[in-house]
Amino acid sequence: MNKEKYIPLIKLSKCYHVEMSFFNDLNEIGLIEILTFDQNECIHQENLTNLEKIIRLHHELELNLQGIDVVMNLLQRIDQLQIELNASKRKLGFYENDS
Amino acid sequence: MDYIDYYKVLGIHKNASADEIKKAYRKLARKYHPDVNPNDKEAELKFKEVNEANEVLSHPENRKKYDSYGKDWKHAEEFEKAKKQQQRYQRAPGGGSQGFGGGFSGGDFSEFFESMFGGGATSGRTRSAVQFRGQDYNAEMHLNLKDVYKTHKQTLNVNGKNIRLTIPAGVKNEQVIKIKGYGGEGINGGPKGDLLIRFIIKNDTKFMRDNDNLLTTVELPLYTAVLGGDMIIDTFDGQVKLTVKPETQSNTKVKLKGKGFPVYKKEGKYGDLYITYHVKIPSGLTDHEKKLFKELAKLRPS
Repeated sequence: MNKEKYIPLIKLSKCYHVEMSFFNDLNEIGLIEILTFDQNECIHQENLTNLEKIIRLHHELELNLQGIDVVMNLLQRIDQLQIELNASKRKLGFYENDS
Repeated sequence: MDYIDYYKVLGIHKNASADEIKKAYRKLARKYHPDVNPNDKEAELKFKEVNEANEVLSHPENRKKYDSYGKDWKHAEEFEKAKKQQQRYQRAPGGGSQGFGGGFSGGDFSEFFESMFGGGATSGRTRSAVQFRGQDYNAEMHLNLKDVYKTHKQTLNVNGKNIRLTIPAGVKNEQVIKIKGYGGEGINGGPKGDLLIRFIIKNDTKFMRDNDNLLTTVELPLYTAVLGGDMIIDTFDGQVKLTVKPETQSNTKVKLKGKGFPVYKKEGKYGDLYITYHVKIPSGLTDHEKKLFKELAKLRPS
């Protein structure tokens, strides 16, 4: 496993001014996945964008963890629906041009 | 430049309390925040308006100035000057009133706002030391389908800054690619925002794109459909010879493996090309042809 791709939570805690317990709560609720390397708790860099979004929702909109969980699930659902909608539009366009 | 009714923006009365302003702002911020309205430009605009309204109305000095001069913003400076002059006569030297120090560090406000409160400095409200990530910038890049068949480099100008991008083959229509750290400056030393580039792919080819697959229709001469034979057909990047089976029906589909569109970020991997045959009935038949068709018809009465 490439350790360079993992970011220590202690670093993120300083950068975004959040308590370490916040990350643990997110981990418990299943919003992030914490991994441990050499006794350092980390997250994969791919999950950073998501984590930043969660922190913004928490700080700027004052959402609690349960609220964030609901929002993240709904956003995921919107994403899926958007993809389906775009695919349907493409197919419809093809048949409309065809006729 | 139009006058903006900030009270209307927040949906509150002119005599709303600080608490009511805060409540209205929070409610609208939750509704229009860019994170909960992805790719929604209207919501983004609304969010900016709501923020601007809050910046003015949640700060007593700003609110006072807005309430006094709001509709006469064009004359606000003259009023201020006149007021200051008056005060200078009344007060001891050095005791002048404090005007507005300028605008807000979170900047991206309307012309109306900038004209009233200036730009670039702080609002006078002591912001907490909380760091905010800079705003994400959204850009659109219009390309033709042929442009994204191969990986290529392109320079994009965002706010006067040239960014050289590698556009991988197989980028999809409306796909958003994020360039980290190329967005707005962070607030209070927070990280920079990202640049989100939405690709609009125009397809003016005869191929329809369905994810990594391409779809097209080919006109099949009647005799080739009945008797079979070879045909040269166009693929996206060239031509191939196809062997048509005898007795091929109209709307028959054939798949040419690996002749579709490149798979995004999977070099050397391609989707498939699906061809639908449309059997073309000959027109303008000669008498001889008609006679032969009639003879054929007699052999196979329906």
